[in-house]
Amino acid sequence: MLKFLFTVIRRDVLLAARRRGDWLTAQFFFVMVVSMFPLGIGPEPGMLRTIGPGVVWVAALLASLLSLDRLFADDYRDGTLEQMLLSPSPIALLTLGKAIAHWIINGIPLLLIAPLLGIQFNLPIEALWMLVLSLAIGTPILSLLGSIGAALTLGLRGGGALVTLLIMPLYVPALIFGAGAVEGVLSGTGSEAHLSLLGAFLMMSLLLAPWVSAMALKVSVE
Amino acid sequence: MNLYHYASPSTFYPLAGKLVPWFAALAFILTIAGLYIGFFVAPTDFQQGEGYRIIFIHVPAAWMSMFIYVVMAFWSAIGLAWNTRLSFVMARALAPTGAMFTFVALWTGAFWGKPMWGAWWVWDARLTSELILLFLYVGVMALQAAIDDPRRADRAGALLNLVGVINVPIIYFSVKWWNTLHQGSSVSLTRAPSMAQTMLWGMLIMALAAWMYTIAVALVRARTLVLERERQTEWVRVQLEGQP
Amino acid sequence: MIWESWQAFWAMGGYGLYVWGSFGVTLLCVVAEVGLLRRHRLQVWRRLKRMKSWDIQ
Repeated sequence: MLKFLFTVIRRDVLLAARRRGDWLTAQFFFVMVVSMFPLGIGPEPGMLRTIGPGVVWVAALLASLLSLDRLFADDYRDGTLEQMLLSPSPIALLTLGKAIAHWIINGIPLLLIAPLLGIQFNLPIEALWMLVLSLAIGTPILSLLGSIGAALTLGLRGGGALVTLLIMPLYVPALIFGAGAVEGVLSGTGSEAHLSLLGAFLMMSLLLAPWVSAMALKVSVE
Repeated sequence: MNLYHYASPSTFYPLAGKLVPWFAALAFILTIAGLYIGFFVAPTDFQQGEGYRIIFIHVPAAWMSMFIYVVMAFWSAIGLAWNTRLSFVMARALAPTGAMFTFVALWTGAFWGKPMWGAWWVWDARLTSELILLFLYVGVMALQAAIDDPRRADRAGALLNLVGVINVPIIYFSVKWWNTLHQGSSVSLTRAPSMAQTMLWGMLIMALAAWMYTIAVALVRARTLVLERERQTEWVRVQLEGQP
Repeated sequence: MIWESWQAFWAMGGYGLYVWGSFGVTLLCVVAEVGLLRRHRLQVWRRLKRMKSWDIQ
């Protein structure tokens, strides 16, 4: 079973490595969206520090959602998905593997770029650490919940926008706890509660999302 | 009475048709009663003057918006578990009305907030949660609208609905927490005026009226859906001979 | 609750805009929903009847 999981992950990561263009687009999107905010609101450092955590978090959300509708779509189009669904391994492992691969491809780069963007928003070093830590817990949640959205909207017109519409409300708790953790550092009120709740949300997503996503795949492919 | 008998579209259709006028009448009568209590029995509020009377719409609408979402989830779960077509039809029939009540809750919430707290929109826990609930409704309806195959649309929407309903308590908790972190002890819309008995009665009766209305509207919508889905069957062809 | 006059009723102690703005929009939503529902039902009915008359359903 574990072998199946690793095969799924390895395959997706290899495929993404060969198609670096898509992946790079999502990262540049992340950087550009974040840069839009000071342009729209003004460069006053104190204000930027206040909005920084929220802006980076929302941008990370959008950048991840952008790449999600392709999670199953490419395999669906060339028939690979149907073959994978026929395998004796539980489909939840397939969806889990895909979500993990999505996180490796899209989430980890976000974690590496986020501190640089945080500096643009005048965040002090402790806040930058918390930003990375909170995103490290939050981006897997996004990949997991996103896999549900991607499975439900498989093959539909509307693509990325529809997945975003479906998943964003579900993602609100992670956004609140994640951005809140960084603000906890900035205001000195502490982040333990935020991180615990975020971690709990991750646990819940890890346990439930692959299974729900598998059900959604069956609904979409039949 | 064998309930499974009514799980068949051909028996549901005429039964629903007979029930609709009753629920509509009940909704109408209860609305009149509720509005009468709201405007002619309930006294002026000590703190909020006459403006508080909006609660006779706002609170029932908010209650219904949440209640309908849960009932939808119930039918979605039944449909997914037992593959009964009619369950999915009921879930789909309820969605637009639920979204409508959510919108009304938001609109009346804003109109209540403006004179009381000075702003058209207050990011308090209840209103923000209602907004997210509206997004959840729209999400389910958008998903079902985007799928052509009715069977897939039914099941996908049902699944999304169930995921949403599990998330709603988490969302509400996180929004409430977010709100206390950022607003401290400022006034919020969640603090309703201390209830005179009559005020509570008014709200309850209006909520009941809204519920009867919802059932009536959902049954009509369900009938139309059933008609379309079962158009190949003999009983529908017979129905089409008569009047709509 | 005894209102002194019709004017007092409509004015709602100064909150008239907000109270009637709320009830008004709600009424509008209800009327719109019922109206759209009826229209949709009639459209479906007519379409199905037409299809039946061609006998291709």
